[in-house]
Amino acid sequence: MFVRAVERGSGRIGFTVDGKPAFASDGDSLLTAILTNGGHLRRNEVDDQPRAGFCLMGACQDCWVWLAGAERARACTTPVAPGMQVSTIPPQFPTGDNG
Amino acid sequence: MAEVVIVGGGPAGVRAAATLHAKGLRPILIDESPRVGGQGYRAPAADLPLDMARIMESQHAKHQALHADFSAIRDGIDYRPQTLVWAIQDRILHLSGAGGASTQRFDALIVATGAMDRVMPMPGWTLPGVFTLGAAQVALKDQGCFIGRRTLFCGSSPLLALAATQYLEMEAEVAAVCDTTPFVEKLLAAPLLANAPGTVLRGLGYLRRLSRAGVPVMHGVDLIAIEGEGRVEALVLRDSRGAEKRIACDAVALGYGLKPETQLADLAGVEFAYDSDFRSWIPKMDADGRAGEALYLAGDGATIGGADAAEASGQLAAQAVLFDLGLSGPSDPGLRRRVARLRRFQKGLARAFAWPAARVHKLPDDVTLCRCEAVSVGEIRRAMDQTLGPVEANRVKAITRCGMGRCQGRVCGPTLQELAAGRLRGQAPIKPVALSIASVGSAEPPA
Repeated sequence: MFVRAVERGSGRIGFTVDGKPAFASDGDSLLTAILTNGGHLRRNEVDDQPRAGFCLMGACQDCWVWLAGAERARACTTPVAPGMQVSTIPPQFPTGDNG
Repeated sequence: MAEVVIVGGGPAGVRAAATLHAKGLRPILIDESPRVGGQGYRAPAADLPLDMARIMESQHAKHQALHADFSAIRDGIDYRPQTLVWAIQDRILHLSGAGGASTQRFDALIVATGAMDRVMPMPGWTLPGVFTLGAAQVALKDQGCFIGRRTLFCGSSPLLALAATQYLEMEAEVAAVCDTTPFVEKLLAAPLLANAPGTVLRGLGYLRRLSRAGVPVMHGVDLIAIEGEGRVEALVLRDSRGAEKRIACDAVALGYGLKPETQLADLAGVEFAYDSDFRSWIPKMDADGRAGEALYLAGDGATIGGADAAEASGQLAAQAVLFDLGLSGPSDPGLRRRVARLRRFQKGLARAFAWPAARVHKLPDDVTLCRCEAVSVGEIRRAMDQTLGPVEANRVKAITRCGMGRCQGRVCGPTLQELAAGRLRGQAPIKPVALSIASVGSAEPPA
């Protein structure tokens, strides 16, 4: 979905989205990393519809994704890191941290 | 030494810090971002080869000056990036940052928390590929990306033409610029816009360039729907002559001007007054930004004034702090006049590019209003129909969960407040924090 206007001078790093391998540039936000690979970031917990973030400035909270270990990350303000395992759907079991 | 804390590292916060630093203080500057500049004056990461002069154009010198001046004071202040202030109680701020939770006492607090886009929902606005207008600019300035291959800019704002021009200059494809405002007529009818004629000319210049590049620029349109299966495929609108049009695009940047981020000021206890030009609730303050005991507001987080007003009001708030602490004379009346004049101009813009409030009542029932909790406009209407007694925004929130999700009504708030009267109150934590944070709230920050 996202299109790069300029390429970063940094190296490529690998991560996974729902188990599928993906590549990003070092320095990308997690949001940029995911949206340069695919068309959405997450499914909304209530209506199960795909979402891709909205404000990109940490205000709307519509870009939360899940990392390995059921940890949540706000994709627009979290840098992508090598080996990150991103899940676009909530973990199956409640973790007590859903607010 | 008096502990002066500034929250927000945009133009207002940085200018406030520099003003205090120049008087020998060592203010604490807390910013949620990794780099100062706020939204408008964002600086790209060092490894991103973005030509900021090309993007910022006539505003580039100011952008550069802000970052250069910050570099010069950075070691002389207590700068805490990537730190969220999530609550405030009396004279204590609750922080969450890379080092975990901490608290910070203050003798004076300058709140310079900036603004975000104001958005009116429409059919299809939750589809992937629809972003706020600000997001379209952040993607470019912060990440070197366009939000799509063929972007359409719509809503009601002079920033539509600015952002579209920035995309065009960086060689993106711009599908169209579609403003719900009958632009030229309203612009000419707004005497307050004479307060900053240069800015008006700059806006007209963007429109000329877009037209010359063959980008359709439409005014006075009625936005009907964003269409697509799981992604944006087109925008449907009715043009000013009443003809329905479908414009193909894969991304939409949507914006109806800006709204102040007032959650922290709200927790600090400021009073609000309804402003009929902005059609929103604005914190009460004096001409220098005093909004309560030891509490000062500056920049777009106080009231929308634009980047120039943000810089000047940051200086002004810092001067008020210095005066109130007995460290200098009264604030500069010239600066005060400048801030007042720039804010009058923004009020003029708010009148010219009006938030189309009447549209809210025409929204179809099945349109999602609350993105967090997926509450539809129809659910709000039904809840209001079934409620006995006065129907007020906070009550509707309690019944429907609209505004109760993670964004705390930042996105749905302006529309909800058109459907149900009243002002949505802020609550701590003003943004989501890890559960572990709250239990260690009494810890002192590292020295």
